[in-house]
Amino acid sequence: MRHAGRALLVVVMLFLVGPFILICLTGLSGGETLAFPPDGLSLRWVIRVFEIESFRDSFALSLTLGIGATLIALILGIPAAYALVRYDVPGADAIRNLLTAPIIVPGIIVGLALLRHLVIPSGLGVTLALFLGHTALLIPYAVRVTAASLQNLRADIEDAAILLGASRIGAFVRVTLPNIKNGIMAAFIIGFITSFNEVPVSLFLTGPGVATLPVDMLLYMEYNYDPSIAALSGLLALMSLGVVLTAERLLGLSRYV
Amino acid sequence: MSDPFLELDALTLTYGDTIAVEALDFHMAAGELVALLGPSGCGKTTTMRAIAGLMRPAAGHIRLDGRDITRVAPNRRGVGLVFQSYALFPHLSVYENVAFGLRIARIRAEELERRTHAALGAVGLTDFAGRAPAELSGGQQQRVALARSIVMEPKLLLLDEPLSNLDARLRLEMRTELARLQREFGIAMLYVTHDQAEALALADRIIVMNDGKVEQVGTPEDIYDRPTSVFVADFVGFENTFRVERGALSGANGPVDAGFAVTEGARGLAWRPQDVTLGQGPHRGRIEGASYLGQSVEYLMSSPLGPIKAERPAHEKRHATGTEVTFDLPQARAVELARG
Repeated sequence: MRHAGRALLVVVMLFLVGPFILICLTGLSGGETLAFPPDGLSLRWVIRVFEIESFRDSFALSLTLGIGATLIALILGIPAAYALVRYDVPGADAIRNLLTAPIIVPGIIVGLALLRHLVIPSGLGVTLALFLGHTALLIPYAVRVTAASLQNLRADIEDAAILLGASRIGAFVRVTLPNIKNGIMAAFIIGFITSFNEVPVSLFLTGPGVATLPVDMLLYMEYNYDPSIAALSGLLALMSLGVVLTAERLLGLSRYV
Repeated sequence: MSDPFLELDALTLTYGDTIAVEALDFHMAAGELVALLGPSGCGKTTTMRAIAGLMRPAAGHIRLDGRDITRVAPNRRGVGLVFQSYALFPHLSVYENVAFGLRIARIRAEELERRTHAALGAVGLTDFAGRAPAELSGGQQQRVALARSIVMEPKLLLLDEPLSNLDARLRLEMRTELARLQREFGIAMLYVTHDQAEALALADRIIVMNDGKVEQVGTPEDIYDRPTSVFVADFVGFENTFRVERGALSGANGPVDAGFAVTEGARGLAWRPQDVTLGQGPHRGRIEGASYLGQSVEYLMSSPLGPIKAERPAHEKRHATGTEVTFDLPQARAVELARG
């Protein structure tokens, strides 16, 4: 029984980590095509990744998009979370459910709906549409994660700050914000990674010369079947891993997710 | 009489459609230490929040030191509040907690430092200035909360159940401390409590509240020895309290003659257990239980008046459980209650 359990564990771990290892090895291939096992080991495709101009552009776009959309989602989401936690908002449950919608509804549908009913009728620029789409997608994360840390904070410390002379906003900035700082950082990291890895919504909201990195990689693969795509995937996975591990170290990210 | 320092004038406080406090009037003098005493849910904490400005009254006025503060923002009232939960700022050190209000008021650095240290010294926490609140005991946290309020030199300091979270030894310590701080700084203090012992030991004057209204105002002696209503008598330990109906005591199964002519207009009569005498008198009861307390014996009796509690000196004739006894509720020891 114990052996069976252990075997199952090994299979599951292989299933989870296996693809990552395969991709990394493929990316280190010395050959010309995307294949496993790799045709000798070399760093030539890893170097090649940095030479492809469209990757550089789409990486910059994804980075800006991830940071910008997450910041806007937080600016909108923190007050919403505050209101939901601290006040008796009419229909709070409905709002909470509505906020989970973008998490539950498939990205394809969100992307298509945004394209069909927002971008096309309004003639919105592609980049702006991407920002809006990603912000909408990230608000639920921003609200839920900051709400979780607000819930763990006593409400009366704001009253205490006000009675010591602070204004309402001053009390929030001086007392509440520093105490939910970690939650906000966690929300930022989750939001950034979500945005950076997002494909389905971005797929609908890209246009000529404007593509996020994951979408650009899909497009690249249609015409080039070389190991650079595997090398890039490996690099991105390492980047995400680095961010998450750092966050876990500094903030205990797992408490918020 | 000079103008009162704090005056509540027909203050009505509501939560939605629920009336928590109705047309409340009371006043206190400068430098006075007043307890707002009542059972939980009587509206005392709500009243305190309204005085602090954390709650907007539905009607009525609050005046402090000659100024109507009913509509003044809570951060401009000069009122300090020590929360029952202390409400310390978890991300700041003890020193920064105490200095918080001074920083907001943009007090100069030297003065800020001097006043913060003085306040920490006053509550005996000088050595803990660098600690985080979470590293302190409950009693120490409360002293930080106290220092954080008094450093602002408020006109009025409100305290919510200041002794309730402390153990017996710390209670005594804190009680002495509060009295000393009040003498030293001359700050008027109003504190809310549901514990009559806490109110009696600390206050110059006690305001007993029940169900959103003032039941009685008086010195601790007034409240303890001369309650004026059935509610207050019950609350301060007159365990044999009866309403009076048509000149008779209202018992469990109808009126019972008191054995003496009840004063016209008295709405209730009350006796402490020590004042009930056994072995003679107009009433009959049955001993349901007896507890030996060392100096005395406490009897629980059933009678046509309902349950009666009597406490007799240990050297008196003992009565066994289950025996029938006669007892007296002597007129001389009765406290007449003007309100039912």
